[in-house]
Amino acid sequence: MSDDVEIPEVDYVSGTGIPIRGNDIDTDQIIPARFMKVVTFDGLGEFAFFDLRFGENDEPKEHPFNEQRFQDSSIMVVNSNFGCGSSREHAPQALMRWGIDAIIGESFAAIFAGNCLALGIPTVTADTETIQELQAWVDENPDGEIDVDVEAETVTYGGETIDVTVDDAQRKALVDGVWDTTALMKSNASEVRKTAQDLPYVRDDQIPDAAD
Amino acid sequence: MSDSTLYDKVWDRHKVTTLPTGQDQLFVGLHLIHEVTSPQAFGMLRERDLEVAYPELTHATVDHIVPTADQSRPYEEDAAEEMMAELEQNVRDAGIDFSDPTSGNQGIVHVIGPEQGLTQPGKTIVCGDSHTSTHGAFGALAFGIGTSQIRDVLATGTVAMEKQKVRKIEVTGELGDGVEAKDVILEIIRRLGTEGGVGYVYEYAGEAIESLGMEGRMSICNMSIEGGARAGYVNPDETTYEWLEETDYFQNNPEQFAELKPYWESIRSDDDAEYDDVVTIDGSSLEPVVTWGTTPGQGIGISDPIPSPEELPADKQDTARRAQEHMRVEPGETMEGYEIDVAFLGSCTNARLPDLRRAAEIVEGRQVHEDVRAMVVPGSQRVQKTAEAEGLKDVFEEAGFDWRNAGCSMCLGMNEDQLEGDEACASSSNRNFIGRQGSKDGRTVLMNPRMVAAAAIEGKVTDVRDLKEVTTV
Repeated sequence: MSDDVEIPEVDYVSGTGIPIRGNDIDTDQIIPARFMKVVTFDGLGEFAFFDLRFGENDEPKEHPFNEQRFQDSSIMVVNSNFGCGSSREHAPQALMRWGIDAIIGESFAAIFAGNCLALGIPTVTADTETIQELQAWVDENPDGEIDVDVEAETVTYGGETIDVTVDDAQRKALVDGVWDTTALMKSNASEVRKTAQDLPYVRDDQIPDAAD
Repeated sequence: MSDSTLYDKVWDRHKVTTLPTGQDQLFVGLHLIHEVTSPQAFGMLRERDLEVAYPELTHATVDHIVPTADQSRPYEEDAAEEMMAELEQNVRDAGIDFSDPTSGNQGIVHVIGPEQGLTQPGKTIVCGDSHTSTHGAFGALAFGIGTSQIRDVLATGTVAMEKQKVRKIEVTGELGDGVEAKDVILEIIRRLGTEGGVGYVYEYAGEAIESLGMEGRMSICNMSIEGGARAGYVNPDETTYEWLEETDYFQNNPEQFAELKPYWESIRSDDDAEYDDVVTIDGSSLEPVVTWGTTPGQGIGISDPIPSPEELPADKQDTARRAQEHMRVEPGETMEGYEIDVAFLGSCTNARLPDLRRAAEIVEGRQVHEDVRAMVVPGSQRVQKTAEAEGLKDVFEEAGFDWRNAGCSMCLGMNEDQLEGDEACASSSNRNFIGRQGSKDGRTVLMNPRMVAAAAIEGKVTDVRDLKEVTTV
């Protein structure tokens, strides 16, 4: 059994920003379903926000992901209910493969935030005004460094440090490097079996023999 | 345990331990998988040399990419064929039951689970699909997960979750004539917002909910996620048990029905259960609801005016302006008379037998408008077969509807069923996001199945209650 996967600790993310404005940006906008006809996540990066970035004949439209000044950005700044809609992990996978390492926003849809966590991408939140100020600053300072301190729950930019919120479990998982939960949960296999045995609807023949 | 919700009880029964992150490790009683979100998870298992821990509690079907016209293999589209072949290989290797199209049991994952009796009260149910909340209609704790979490569930039989708050949504009174479960959930989302449910699980209760059949309850729980709630449920009752008793699982294991019933009864929310929030909605005041915008929260009663963005909360104004521009609607107008090009009767929200029966009643003896292409996509092969035996297929076809095979189809446009250009679609599905139905200029108007039928006939959004009056003349 070689299920030891190295899980990096994500206590700090630094990079330049990219503002993506608008509330309720859903996962169909982040990655249209037609790009999900694949059996791996490889290469999804180029399809992030595809229909917002390209027109009828694939001609580029005005969108931050198309702007030269944001091409090396890794910290996305979004508004409220970002990532609502489907459970497709293709959405954060596409953003990650485009180059996004952390997202700062007003609020996130629950499944989307969970998917980001499973990839080690922090989704940190702040109020509307704070986010709008940060988006404006990023527009003015596309090369300006933003530091997201996950553990301290702060974001530093332009010589200023602001308080942000990181969900408790997310912070702990990222900072301690336990956001990939497979091996951790697998180590509890005997307790899992016991939980299963105590459930009236699980038949004995549905519980595999203890092999590990 | 005298003041607990169903959510508390089912959570506690499935909790294995608390992880170092503070999340709980929950045992998964049923893991449903399909072709779009599972192949990468199987790939991750192979990379880590892991096997499927609980294949007997896992069940597969194919729904998102499956063609609904010509289903002969190989599928015409290479990508669809590749995804299907990958799923076939994965389930064969792992020994997972597969409701494939040759079985007669294939269909949308949230239709076939309840149909076969896999969905039961007091189970934890997960699937790589946000509409997994559907299964909460049976008093299960059911929620959508991402692909990395699918890997977790495949490898360990468990998922890491944070406990949510519970909001009770009590829908009182009796629903009016022509008002359906779909209208109730669209109204709930309109009132509480698309993110109002983030951090919550919704418990649906009250007379208007309890008097619904299982299909109606499924339509409501299905769209919990559209309101931001990852899960929604209805406490199990006699209506639930009657459904279960007829399913394959309990027909094949009749002794289990009596054995499990006390468990089902025990996990119902206690009368004095404490909730984090309670919302009451007068069900008798509702009328058919349709959407005017590009989020499911942008709905209105059929006779209500489209709101002006300025009337809405500050954080919804910009979204509303963009939505009205996309949909080409004006504040102050109603949606009645909004011309449509396509009528889609299908999806995990509204493609079960009673949905098709009710729509067929509207369609019978009428003709689809000449400018409309209309299609019915049954939720499963069993729904399709029964509907055909009842003569519903004939009713729809005589009216000019295209009668298709089971799948997700035009709900999300992953197969050949898509909107073209700026077509407007009266749809019984769950999402009106821009681009959702396959065309980025497409326009989706969500509504209940009878309203879809009425729109198909009139060529425009129509109050089905008015149409009925015409029939009786």
